[in-house]
Amino acid sequence: MPHAAEYARPGGVGRRPLGPTASYRYGMSTAIEMSGVVKTFGTTRALDGLDLSVEVGEVHGFLGPNGAGKTTALRVLLGLLRADTGRVSVLGGDAWSDAVSLHRRLAYVPGDVALWPGLTGGEVIDLLGRVRGGLDAKRRAVLLERFDLDPTKKTRAYSKGNRQKVALVAALASDVELLLLDEPTSGLDPLMEAMFRGIVDEERDRGRTVLLSSHILAEAEALSDRVSIIRAGRVVEAGTLAQLRHLTRTSITAELRHPPDGLVRLPGVHDLVVNGTRVSCQVDDAAIDAVLHALGSAGVVSLTSQPPTLEELFLRHYEGAS
Amino acid sequence: MSELTGTWALTRLALRRDRIVLPAWSAVFVLFNVSAASATVGLYPYVGSRAEAASAINDIPSLVALYGRIYDPTSLGALATIKSTSLVAAMLAVFAVMLVVRHTRAEEENGRLELLGAAVVGRRAALTAALLVAAGTMVVIGVVTALGQTAVGLPAAGSWAFGLEMAGVGLCFAAVAAVAAQLTVSARAATGLALTVLAVAYVLRAVGDSSGDAAGPAFWSWLSPIGWGQQVRAYAGDRWAVLLLPVAFCALAVGAAYALASRRDLGAGLLPDRAGPAGASPRLSSPLGLAWRLQRGALLGWAVGYALLGLIMGNISADLGSVFDSPQAAELITRLGGTAALTDAYLALVLSVSAFVTGAYGVSTAMRLRGEEAGGRAEPMLAGAVSRTRWLASHVLVAVAGTTLLQTVIGVTAAASYSLQLGSWDRFGAVLGAALVWLPAVWVLAGLTVALFGLAPRVVALAWAALVGFVLVEELGALLSLPSWTRELSPFGHVPKLPGADMVWTPVLVLAVVAAALVLIGDGGFRRRDLDTA
Repeated sequence: MPHAAEYARPGGVGRRPLGPTASYRYGMSTAIEMSGVVKTFGTTRALDGLDLSVEVGEVHGFLGPNGAGKTTALRVLLGLLRADTGRVSVLGGDAWSDAVSLHRRLAYVPGDVALWPGLTGGEVIDLLGRVRGGLDAKRRAVLLERFDLDPTKKTRAYSKGNRQKVALVAALASDVELLLLDEPTSGLDPLMEAMFRGIVDEERDRGRTVLLSSHILAEAEALSDRVSIIRAGRVVEAGTLAQLRHLTRTSITAELRHPPDGLVRLPGVHDLVVNGTRVSCQVDDAAIDAVLHALGSAGVVSLTSQPPTLEELFLRHYEGAS
Repeated sequence: MSELTGTWALTRLALRRDRIVLPAWSAVFVLFNVSAASATVGLYPYVGSRAEAASAINDIPSLVALYGRIYDPTSLGALATIKSTSLVAAMLAVFAVMLVVRHTRAEEENGRLELLGAAVVGRRAALTAALLVAAGTMVVIGVVTALGQTAVGLPAAGSWAFGLEMAGVGLCFAAVAAVAAQLTVSARAATGLALTVLAVAYVLRAVGDSSGDAAGPAFWSWLSPIGWGQQVRAYAGDRWAVLLLPVAFCALAVGAAYALASRRDLGAGLLPDRAGPAGASPRLSSPLGLAWRLQRGALLGWAVGYALLGLIMGNISADLGSVFDSPQAAELITRLGGTAALTDAYLALVLSVSAFVTGAYGVSTAMRLRGEEAGGRAEPMLAGAVSRTRWLASHVLVAVAGTTLLQTVIGVTAAASYSLQLGSWDRFGAVLGAALVWLPAVWVLAGLTVALFGLAPRVVALAWAALVGFVLVEELGALLSLPSWTRELSPFGHVPKLPGADMVWTPVLVLAVVAAALVLIGDGGFRRRDLDTA
């Protein structure tokens, strides 16, 4: 399949060329659309009105603590589980009823990779590729090399990380439009993780859509165009990283000449601690100007400010989840 | 003693996990022994009839090879336990092997032992716990069997000798399994290795017994734990000292297992895994290719066993008429329809038994569906462009082809050895047909497994209960005087008993249709339900 560079990104940014994927050719810009999806197991509501939207050509981070429903959502997308209510559309088809034809156009790497112990890694890669509709032999060889995986070993001899690599090679060597990756780096060492990030960037450049579930913020931050944060079966935040950062606060610490005046009364200032002439607080983006004025009038000796991180937002959503 | 810390906790865990399996299988073994004894007591009240039956076994080399020799032809107990000391003892050995591997290598392979090993559990605790559970089970089976045998009227001393020799065989193979579990990396390979030892032991005994005489077997039998059991000669001399052999063997083998265990890491084996192909052959390109690949090794083993069994059965059946040389027996045989009728009845019987065993193969093969699903290995296939129906059909196809192959193998080998012995090939087709006629009933069992898988995957093991129920109704229904409708429930009750009986097509075709319907029901259920990765 040629990867023509002349296709511009739908948003017009043009930084990343988009491959001529089928869904794009038909003028569709949404790869995954889940709305109001509910999935219950007995009395547990694993998905509780989940809304998720993934655009064609983007790497979408799917973040959430353990047990939030990430894997369940992916299994619903694969038609392995049937949603109780709600709409699930993948590449323009229905996840449940069009599962077989959709699976030719997507590849999945499960979080917990179970393989047939008597088969070698190479055999499993070929088998999984073939039931999806074929593998690119050259790409398979390159990926084996890059992941440093011995394909002649029986899979029972592989570590968790190596089993994950088997599933990753099988998925990445297939010519598909959409990659569904469920915590794909949880068994990889830091070196392999960095290599994996490079590969995901390449996949994006080839125009593929990637849905990447993770409970590690740094991974999603490094890779994703947009993220959705899931908690207790629903998406609680979604947007670009810049948009999400706006939801977070800048942390400011200052040493002043005089004790500050009026900071307490300013809207948008949180966790204020005044210790004589030392001040620290969390500030909403909108309040930064006012806070700086207030500090300036008290005479600033030194000032450190930490940029907003998603970590804080993320932890705020994680708290109480476990 | 710190290496044994946690043994008691692990033993309790194993007993808790097996709280249904252990009593159920133990009961099956005891029931089989005791009901065989009770039936024999009723069948052979007189010394003369016993001696006749005993010499009928002792005079046919292939029967001696299969069962062993009866050393006291006047002994009721020796006649009653001839199948128990050979075939049932081998089954008991299989049970012991599965028990030990299940709680050692299987736990290690799936990583649960690692979880426990990180807790306060000594290095030797898991192996010790598994051996305690297996040994306890064998001893309980032996003791309850001894009590049961005494209760149905056999001599007490012989009954204890019999119970202990059976337990001894089980203990020996529990110890063999303990060694095998240290050598291999996978539970499947450990089981395979231990069962190979069992097969060799059985063959050694067969060779030793058939080349021995009334005084005793040739030297080969003394190399086999199964041979030791038989040489205790329960009810025919009660040679208690022979029981020291299994005790000594167990001590040595268990010692070896501990020594091996201390020399290896958790998860590792002493026999290395060989490297395999770097890519899949063109045949491994579909769910069917995978299902075949997963099953072919086991199927080959089964087929070899079936071929041997068929050869022995065919050979025995051709000899059958000649051994009953007393005038009364000849008259009885003539009244029953001549030696041909006797041969036919015998063939129908052994082929019905083989059909049950093939049924067990069919259930276990269809059960792979659940094993793959629960083990998370259905997920990567179904995440490919593979429909639920295609995936299910691939395993069903292997089950159907495998069962067909097995009945064909036993039919062809039995028919061939029968025809060779007779010097005439006229009845080759009839004997082969008598093996194949059981297939639709076997498929109903496999179909039932598939239906359960589709509708209620968590209780798919009920298919085993159905099989055990059908066996009990068919083999013991008359003995236990069960009502006749229970036989109507069993698919095996509707199969014409070829080659003696007339062929009737209707029930056979109905069974085939029922089997197909059950598969369709299973598929319908599976297509509508969630994938259940337990």
